[in-house]
Amino acid sequence: MRLNRRSFLKMSALAGGGFALGLYTRPWAVAHAQGKPPDLTPQAFIRIAADGTVTIMARGPEIGQGVKTMLPMLIAEELDADWKDVRVEQADVDEARYGPQFAGGSMSTPFGWEPLRQVGAAGRQLLVSAAASTWGVPAAECATNAGRVLHGASGRSAGYGELAAKAAALPAPALSSVKLKDPKDYRIIGKSKAGVDTHAIVIGKPLFGIDVTLPDMLHAVIQKCPVFGGKVKSANLEEIKRLPGVRHVFLIDGTIAPAAVVPNEPGMEPGVAILADTWWQAQQARKSLKVDWDSGPGATQSSEGFSKQAEDLLKSPPAQTLRSYGDVDGAFKSAAKVVEAVYAYPFIAHGTLEPMGTTASFKDGMLEMWTTSQTPGEGRGLVAHALGMKPEDIAVHMCRAGGGFGRRLMNDFMVEAAWLSKQAGAPVKLLWAREDDIGHDAYRAGGFHGLKAGLDAQGKLIAFRQHFITYGSGKQTAAGAEIGIDEFPSGRVPNYSLGSSSMPLWLRTGWLRAPGANAICFVGQSFLDELAAAAGRDPLEFQLELLSAKPVPMPHRDGVEGEDFDPPLNADRLKGVFELVAEKSGWANRKQGTPGRGMGIAGYYCHLGYFAEVADVSVDSNNKVTVNHVWAAGDVGSHIINPRAAESMGYGGVVEGLSHMAQEITLVDGRVQQTNYHQHPILRMRQTPPIEVFWRITDFPPTGLGEPTLPPILPAVGNAIFAATGKRIRTLPLSRSGFGWA
Amino acid sequence: MPLKLTINNVVQTVDVPPDTPLLWVLRDVLNLKGAKYGCGMGLCGACTVLIGGRAVRSCMTHVGSVTEPVTTIEGLSPDGNHPLQVAWEAIDVPQCGYCQSGQIMAATALLARTPHPSDAEIDSAMNGNLCRCGTYPRIREAIHQAAAAGAPARSK
Repeated sequence: MRLNRRSFLKMSALAGGGFALGLYTRPWAVAHAQGKPPDLTPQAFIRIAADGTVTIMARGPEIGQGVKTMLPMLIAEELDADWKDVRVEQADVDEARYGPQFAGGSMSTPFGWEPLRQVGAAGRQLLVSAAASTWGVPAAECATNAGRVLHGASGRSAGYGELAAKAAALPAPALSSVKLKDPKDYRIIGKSKAGVDTHAIVIGKPLFGIDVTLPDMLHAVIQKCPVFGGKVKSANLEEIKRLPGVRHVFLIDGTIAPAAVVPNEPGMEPGVAILADTWWQAQQARKSLKVDWDSGPGATQSSEGFSKQAEDLLKSPPAQTLRSYGDVDGAFKSAAKVVEAVYAYPFIAHGTLEPMGTTASFKDGMLEMWTTSQTPGEGRGLVAHALGMKPEDIAVHMCRAGGGFGRRLMNDFMVEAAWLSKQAGAPVKLLWAREDDIGHDAYRAGGFHGLKAGLDAQGKLIAFRQHFITYGSGKQTAAGAEIGIDEFPSGRVPNYSLGSSSMPLWLRTGWLRAPGANAICFVGQSFLDELAAAAGRDPLEFQLELLSAKPVPMPHRDGVEGEDFDPPLNADRLKGVFELVAEKSGWANRKQGTPGRGMGIAGYYCHLGYFAEVADVSVDSNNKVTVNHVWAAGDVGSHIINPRAAESMGYGGVVEGLSHMAQEITLVDGRVQQTNYHQHPILRMRQTPPIEVFWRITDFPPTGLGEPTLPPILPAVGNAIFAATGKRIRTLPLSRSGFGWA
Repeated sequence: MPLKLTINNVVQTVDVPPDTPLLWVLRDVLNLKGAKYGCGMGLCGACTVLIGGRAVRSCMTHVGSVTEPVTTIEGLSPDGNHPLQVAWEAIDVPQCGYCQSGQIMAATALLARTPHPSDAEIDSAMNGNLCRCGTYPRIREAIHQAAAAGAPARSK
């Protein structure tokens, strides 16, 4: 996961530049360098009206992860505002003013925790100074409470609204100089607050990207080649132009490479854009569109072909060795038992419920955009590059997104909307149809893992070898398709070898919630469960023993770009969540040996968070699986900032992980075979088990919940199916292992 | 030919081809953005509205076929105080929120038929409404809460 996130962050840095560049290259180190600027001011984030209403700017994209509520809570806490007086407003993109404005990598919490509390505390300090100077008393004698400054000695007090004008004119203190509250005095952090948009959502207010409306706006759809990147040879454009409501038809003679969104050369995927008075007219016109495609290099690819290639590659040693120590082959010879397995998982699509889209208005050399991007600053950079504009001539507004899950880290839809508006000379709302979205995603890459492990006579793991077959060419691995050299149990086994080989790919891949981890955790935690079974040991006890092993030091990492930005696995924290989930699920006393019923356990560290999960499943005689119950235990540090929303993220990770287990994207002649949700299913309510989420509070700074809740559920369920049936899920989706959801 | 529709108790006239899906008439002609586009095939339920009190996928419903009154999320209650809306807010159901108007409309039809549904009845009635974020446990909780608060037995 380190490597995966590294390439995401590298992508961001290349594409965007600007203020947050340093944060992107070494986020953890920079975010935790005490007293270093971000040069944030309370004035940028906080407005207080005379009536005491406090408006706090939400800086990041809201994609359902709750940051529009949670980050303002941090400011309000230290401002010592009364939450009922707080209104939250979505900021526009301006990273010089607001700091990092992206949603990815579960980084909103670690990046926001300290600076945004400092912003609030600086605001409070200004209000106290204003009151103190008004009253002619020392600021040190003043206190605050829920939106008022108090002077105990004289009994005077003033509401923040009365002091706001004076406070706003004072110079902002250096953030490093402000004093933060003692956490025992928190009144907002740790208390559940409803989402600031929840009321608007339940009454159907227009909030989302898809809801944007501008006067005289045209609606656009784009027909792309069924094979990624295929070009238009010819098309009946003139005929389409005459259809009802159609105003423009543009040929997009674009070029795009599979890694296109990584460097700052996004290109556009070729196709035919239809712009009409309404979206339905544009969509209807597609039915009459006849395109002769040049399918290009992707047309020879197939999922079956990749499986065969992978099978062949697994017969040879890895093309590159990523980490190796000890004597793996020697240890296999002396092992009492050797276990071998091949694991495989498919490409899958994001399938956010709101499809991709953006609204753009190009006028007189200036561009205004309304987007659901997760990296809108980077998107602006790409648009500027594509249109030959200066980024400062592009205003970007953030709309609530109907799900992100990493798809909106790619900004192809921003570039398309901007280009179309410029071409048409009119405001344009681009909306991809669902079929476009499933067919032209930046897919979670599939992968194959050849595994071999040796156990000694006491059932201890003495050797572990992994050959990872991924996609890419040479040293360039497809986005989101890399493995970390510290992938557990790396460093916890006396003899270890990890290598990889790549297959060339002509398809765009990207980052899906818990990138890397969402697949690799399934492999590693399932195989360790196999090894425990082979050793005749309890899988939890087996893993706890590995976590107690003295780690083999990581190789010297100088010269390995970006390798240093995450703290290594903290074994005690992972053990802690394993033990907590075991306690809550009654693991030690679980009933075993009942055919068709079983419990499985798995745990993982990624994106700075630690989660362990237990699933209880039933499997019927037709191999239909019902998940009866899930217990999840997490350690994301010292505070659960917004507890109810945090619990929802736990539910979300589990439900999404279960969805992944039944999904696949397959290729035949380069064409994606799936078009809509009936072929790429989302878990349904009746398939969703009761989920209990438990927190292990530790002294570490709070970290994010977008990603780490997800990975353990896949192996937990796979291991439970093994406990119930004796059959091992080594290939996803479940159907390819002979199982399916009830 | 202009078509007459009763939307949220108001009679509206729209001039669109009769095979236009109701969803796009609501969203782009009448500017009611609450019902959402998700799949265009009746697979996800994000576009759910009530027609004559029944939960219907508006993305698959030709506007010309609509003869009964239509209720959208915008018309569910005068002040956002339908028991389901109140419960949704109290429980803070949404994550991204995109599917929620469809979920609430489906739940409205359920409570009109079955004022105090069991978990199994909820699962069955809500089976066609997908939530990509995984708010299902919260939706169940909110429907039970609204049922306890006494949702109106009838909704147009």
